[in-house]
Parts: sequence; C-alpha cells; structure tokens
Amino acid sequence: MIEWITDPLAFGATTRALIEIAILGTVGGAVGCWVVLYRVSYSAESLAHGLFPGLVGAALLGLPLLLGGAAGIVLAAALIALVSRFATDTDTAIAVVITSLFGLGVLMALSPASPPGISELLFGDLLGTSQQDILVSAAVTIPVLAALWILHSRLLAIGFDENSGSAIGISPGLMTGLVLGLVAVTILVGVQALGNLLVAAILVGPAAAARLLTDRFRSMMILSVSFALLAGVAGIYLSFHARIAAGAAVVGCLVTIYLLAAVTSALRERSPMRTRTSS
Amino acid sequence: MSSKPDPRDDTAASQGDAAVLARHTELGYAGQPVLSGLEFEIPTGTRVGVLGPNGGGKTTLFRALLGELTPLGGTLEVNSTTATVAQTDRSRLDYPVSALDVAVMGTLGRLPWWRRPGRRERKRALGALEKVGLADLAGSTFGDLSGGQRQRVLIARALTADAEMLLMDEPFTGLDNKSEARLETLIDELSSSGHTVLIATHEVEQASRWDLVLCLNKTQISFGDPAVALSKPVLEATYGGHIVEIPGQPDLGVLPAHHHHDH
Repeated sequence: MIEWITDPLAFGATTRALIEIAILGTVGGAVGCWVVLYRVSYSAESLAHGLFPGLVGAALLGLPLLLGGAAGIVLAAALIALVSRFATDTDTAIAVVITSLFGLGVLMALSPASPPGISELLFGDLLGTSQQDILVSAAVTIPVLAALWILHSRLLAIGFDENSGSAIGISPGLMTGLVLGLVAVTILVGVQALGNLLVAAILVGPAAAARLLTDRFRSMMILSVSFALLAGVAGIYLSFHARIAAGAAVVGCLVTIYLLAAVTSALRERSPMRTRTSS
Repeated sequence: MSSKPDPRDDTAASQGDAAVLARHTELGYAGQPVLSGLEFEIPTGTRVGVLGPNGGGKTTLFRALLGELTPLGGTLEVNSTTATVAQTDRSRLDYPVSALDVAVMGTLGRLPWWRRPGRRERKRALGALEKVGLADLAGSTFGDLSGGQRQRVLIARALTADAEMLLMDEPFTGLDNKSEARLETLIDELSSSGHTVLIATHEVEQASRWDLVLCLNKTQISFGDPAVALSKPVLEATYGGHIVEIPGQPDLGVLPAHHHHDH
C-alpha cells in the first residue's frame, strides 16, 4: 500500500507534475470561484480554446509557449471585442471568433512544417513539466493570488450588486475585465500541463462543485482549492498506476468530484433538515 | 453614495438645511429631456413620497440625485451623501454571502481600494444591522431571508455607507402586511434620526402619511404637504386619469394594479 504512494515519487517527472498541479490547483480553484460567481464560465472556456493558434504558432517558430499563448489570448480578446459590435450578442461573437481561431490553429497544426508533439498542445503534457516550468508557474501565480486577496471585498460587492459600483468607486465592467484577465493568466499557466482542451476544467469544475455544497464564499474558496488539489494529486497517481494520460486523469477526477457534489447537494435539498429562515 | 458638492464638511446633518434643492431642473439622457420643470426643496430629515407612472421620471431623478446624471438645464443641489436601496428581487439570491457580508459592503466606499474591511468595518455593519432590527440574523444567508428582511439588509448597507439620504425604489413591492408595517416604522425611525428618505411608490394612500410628496409625470405635477399637494386633479395629471377613488377619502385615489414594474 505504502509503495502505491511512494513509487511514483521515485520519478522526477511525477514529482514535478505533482508540484505543478498543486500550483495550478491552488490558482485554478481560487480564480474559478470568481468565474462561477461572475458567470463567465463560457468566456473562460472560450479563452482557453482561442489561444490555440498562438500556441501552435509559437511551436512552429520555436518560441516559448507562454509567449505564444499570451499573444493568442490578446488576439482572441481583440477579435471578440471587434465582432461584438456587429453580432447580435456577445455569446454569438465569442462562438464565431473562437471556432474560427481554433480552426486556424488546427490548420496550422496539420501543416507539413509543424513539429511532432503538437497533440501535447491540445491535451497537455503534465509529466513533461520541467523545473523551469514550475518556477514560471509559481512566479505568475503569486501576483494572481495577491490580487484576489487584496480585491476580495470589492469583487464580492460588485458581483453581488453591479449597481453598487458608483458607491464603491469601481466600475463593474472593470471588475469583470479583471476576473477575465486573471482567468487568462491562469489559463496560460495551465495550458502547458493540461492542454488547450482540458485547462478550463480546473477553472470551472472545482468551484462549481464547491458552490453546490456551501452558502458562504469563504468555505466555497476553501472547498474549491481542496477539490482542485485532491483531483490533481489523485489524477497523477491514477495516471501512474493505470498508465493513462495524466491531464485526462486529472480532469476525470475533477468531473467525478463535481458529480459527487451534485448528488450530495441534491440529497440535501430533499432532506427535511434543511431549513430556511422565514417571515 | 456619490454626491456633489462635497457634503462631508457639515456632518451631523444640520437641520434647516435643504438636503436637495432643485431649481428649473431638467434631466435626461444624451441631450434628450425625460423630466423637466423640477422646482422643489427637500428639508433634511423628511420623508418624501415620490409618485408617478412608470417612465414618469422617478428612476431618472434618483440617478441624478446619486450623481450619475448631470442636469441638462437648471440646477440640482444635493447636500447629503446619498445611497439607493434597490428592489431586492433584482439582487442575486443565489450569492454566497451573509446579511453581515452585505452590510459590510457599505464600508468599501470609504476605504482606499487596497484596504480590506477589518474588524472596525464589521462592527459598524453589525451596528447598522442592529438599527434595522436584524442583529440576530446577521449570520444568515442573504438569499434565505424574506423580502422585507432583505430590504432592511440593503438599508443597513446604505447606513454603513454613512448615507444621509436614502433613495428607496418601490420598497413595499411584494411585502406582506407585517413586513410592510415593519418597514414603515423603520422609515419613520430613519427620519427621526435625521435621515432624509425618498420613497418611490405607487401607494398614494401610504404616501399621504409622509411629510412631503413629489408627483412626477415627465414634468413636476406637484410638490409639498400631501394634504395640499395630493388632490384628485394632481393624481389624474400624474397618472393620466385612471384613478380609482378610495371610499371615505374622496380626494385620494389608488392606482390600477397594472402600473407596476419599471423599465
């Protein structure tokens, strides 16, 4: 039994993957709470897909993936802003832009010039995490968590009541922009490990599961980060012992946690113990 | 809470001063007037019923009092820090916050952006909840409270923000009799403690019990003591002539129900 736990740690790759997923789980679980409360899950998922051509471009040119991803996100955001002016609504604009960008990325990826290993951009390469990747992830994560800590009350107030913005002296649009900005940074951190298709899962899954189980933001945040860490570690062990892809295993664990939370919440709703204040 | 000119130099809401002074005021959006001919003076600490049909200009007036709109013409002097108390069915009931969390939000306007509310702010928020009679429910989830209780939490948030003037947008909508009476008492208490309270409402009979009424229908129809300012011709001009008389009070009327819900 103890070997089941210690065996994977004998490999540097697994240990690095565990550290990387711990960083990613912390930032993803925390930022994810705001994604869920600000109802920007769709935008968050779209951002992840929209940066695909940026990643492929960076791979083709031999540039750092982080740089390509950042360029891809800026391009996607600019195009969405542009198309929103003509489209009937923002969701339509996002859908049009993101599918176009994703298609462009696939076209680039399938070109004869593309290097091998492009599938890692789609599905991630958690076990390929290098020491440098960990340092970059940590360096990017710390300012994100600091921003969440400092702006916590204002994020909470604007999310609760957009109209309180003028009283607080902060525009609601700015706050939503900030949440999406933090989402973009989190995606950049996570895309190398979990890949373009799966990275949104760590932003939405743990927070959505936590939301089902609590009525307080504080416990939602704690649960969300715990779920993300649990799924991350469990996924890596699962991938080691069952010999399946690490990113997919982590996402599988995230989905399992969400399903368990949904069942728990449904059972609690039906139980007569749950009382509501009245009068 | 944003208001102009800066009201903080004279704190304790010295009586005799006007909380709001409107002179030939014209309000509107993008140069298009929506409400004109405003001519009134609201003394500090009074309860003012603001009557008018939907689209009559109540929301526009409130936005101007908050400082979100500048008058197209005339002047609108606001000498009080001002906060709105929105209709609670517009707030998010699925949001994971307690009544105390919401009341604490009122303190944010006074803190620099990088300061988190601390123990002092929570204490002030608790004091405000006590004032509205909800101290024992401070830890309850906002969305689990009744409509009347949620309304009072939002009033506590306005009090935490040190608002001297409260703008209430149809606060009685959807309340049962008990909550309605509770809220009316609270409005009286706020007024006696020096707060100016403007209440947008459709209940003419209720408005007649307050200090002043302001009747709006794209222009100011009347303003003043309800006993004088609320005549049948005024109400007909305000609501366009579909008035139902209240038995025993021939000068007052009530509205047909379909007048509810703005925007």
